[in-house]
Amino acid sequence: MSTFVSDFKTRATEKAGDLRHRQVIRTALRGYEIVRDKRKAAFQSWESARQAAAETKWEAVNHLDKHLEALTAKLEARGTKVHWASTGEQAREIIAQILRDKKARCIIKSKSMTSEEIHLNHALEKEGFTVVESDLGEFIVQLRHEPPYHLVFPSMHLTRGEIKDLFQKELGDAPSDAPEELTMVARRVMRQKYITADVGFTGANFAIAETGMISITENEGNARLTAALPKTMVTLIGIEKVLPRFADLALFLPMLATAGAGQPMTCYNTMYSGPRQPGECDGPEEWHVVLLDNRRTELLADAEQRDALHCIRCGACLNVCPIFRNVGGHTYGTTYSGPVGAVITPHLRGLQEWKHLSNASSLCGACTEACPVKIDLHHHLLQNRRNASASEPAFFERLAYQIFGIVANEPAFWSLAKKLGWLTQPLQKAVKGSALDPARAWTKTRDLPAQPRESFKDWWRNRK
Amino acid sequence: MTVTLFIPCFVDALYPRAGISMVEILERLGHTVVCPEEIACCGQPPFNSGYHAEARAIATPVLEKLADAEAVVIGSGSCGAMVKNFYPELFKATRHAELAKQVAARTWEFSDFLVSKLGVTDLGAKFPHKVTFHDGCHGLRELGIHKQPRALLANVRELELVEMTEVSCCGFGGTFAAKFPMISTAMGEVKCASAAETGAEYIVSSDSSCLMHIQGLLSRQGKPTKTISLAEVLNHQ
Repeated sequence: MSTFVSDFKTRATEKAGDLRHRQVIRTALRGYEIVRDKRKAAFQSWESARQAAAETKWEAVNHLDKHLEALTAKLEARGTKVHWASTGEQAREIIAQILRDKKARCIIKSKSMTSEEIHLNHALEKEGFTVVESDLGEFIVQLRHEPPYHLVFPSMHLTRGEIKDLFQKELGDAPSDAPEELTMVARRVMRQKYITADVGFTGANFAIAETGMISITENEGNARLTAALPKTMVTLIGIEKVLPRFADLALFLPMLATAGAGQPMTCYNTMYSGPRQPGECDGPEEWHVVLLDNRRTELLADAEQRDALHCIRCGACLNVCPIFRNVGGHTYGTTYSGPVGAVITPHLRGLQEWKHLSNASSLCGACTEACPVKIDLHHHLLQNRRNASASEPAFFERLAYQIFGIVANEPAFWSLAKKLGWLTQPLQKAVKGSALDPARAWTKTRDLPAQPRESFKDWWRNRK
Repeated sequence: MTVTLFIPCFVDALYPRAGISMVEILERLGHTVVCPEEIACCGQPPFNSGYHAEARAIATPVLEKLADAEAVVIGSGSCGAMVKNFYPELFKATRHAELAKQVAARTWEFSDFLVSKLGVTDLGAKFPHKVTFHDGCHGLRELGIHKQPRALLANVRELELVEMTEVSCCGFGGTFAAKFPMISTAMGEVKCASAAETGAEYIVSSDSSCLMHIQGLLSRQGKPTKTISLAEVLNHQ
């Protein structure tokens, strides 16, 4: 068993039984479905909106080359420097080189899961740069030296009390556990950083091919400051974030807010189209946009699962996923957790190493139902299982299914199996839950039903 | 009508009362019930684990046995989804591709068959208890079955239905329950807590496999809530 699997199983077992964790996450997500459904009802037809969004993303992803070229041409026409990175390593090097050229020391960052994907902070800190996260949730997990817990709510696993203690310990200031007061503490720290930072770094929610714009969505205004104050701005964006037209935002901005957080619109939605132009009084002097592939084109080549590139990282599938809600975001050991993480991580980081995430699902389909861009998430988990079993079958598992097949296909064997099951019930009871129990995985926490002497088929036969 | 009843393997072995109730209900409605003895399992366990060749080895004889059936009724949303939705995929580009589509089109989950095909919602049943209904995820999301069991329960005399506030998976998920027992258990506990909040005496479901998981937890934890299949409730006088 690879360490990824055993780590996942260990953490999942621990978290699933952690009742406090279960309660914290339930509290954090309480009301989410109610406000989300209320916002969905404000759409003339949520289902039609989903269909339209899926079709737009389909168009975007199926003509990715064309849209990326158009985006680049427009961005460059207004003086933006566009960089292409095939791998995370290339992207890190491009960004580090920009910082070196600028002789930068401090970088202020707004929220970017793509930067988490390429482990940017770690690489920059190793080179001696100071990196400050400005999204409040990201700022909190950065103080704890943790990755974000959730795509959209990075610190949802923490209570206010824990955040108060953290601020007291790390910042020496936490008057109470009131969210407003804690926010003011973070704000005081960050305002200083905005002024001293040499480079502002952002992620992006959408890129508009038609107009050459990057669209950033946020609730705190931190991304605007990150983009406005430092002289140099760097934006990292996965190539799948491109949308064909400016008008597409009219659907995608409210959809992202509704699906992700049950908001009508996120508070701040800003479109950036270039660095400071002649005659303009503010904005960065230089803007670098780094377009990242990092194996997204391999997902693009998979006709069956290509729609996973539709993902707008809203987090809706995480919010409704009973696995995510019980094991939590850190258990996955991946940047992208929850159902979408289980689907795409095997493509981004290797099927055999990450297939366990696709197995860790009851295939309930709540994710697919929640996805605003109609990614066929839970069926993709099944496809990952099929692909993994086809390329490297597990010997004993396959053998077990072969034997089961022989028994199920032969009525005499099937009858015998039922008889044996009935006869060995006292024995099953005697070893229940112990190391000798072959059904221990079940019986450790659950009882098995009593097997009746007469099966349905016995009844049917006797009746005739 | 001649109804070919497909009794899933765990109903056959562990919950015969559910299957017997289906036979009795269908016969009371004047239909001829046949039940091919050679069919034991739909092949879902290997299919869900990704072993398609092994799944086909089980599903091929099933498909051949069902080839001439007028209507196939399955006593489980999960196995129903397997035959209706996944057989066409499993047999894609094989010599059974066309047959799989034909059989899928003639296959019904039990409550869906009663309500949507036969147009029956009142079976004259009486069940003087407060119950809550658990939707098996495959029935709910693969087959879109939600109203049908509720329409049937609404006509059961003296039955009070209280819905759970949270629609969630019971955590069974077939082999998932054994591969990730603690996640599965946590999901089941959440389900049991939702059911307990309703104050229901019984959790009713179309899926005996979900009920096996829920009852397994309830029994182990000494909880008083009981489980019963929809068919048994509908056959209760």
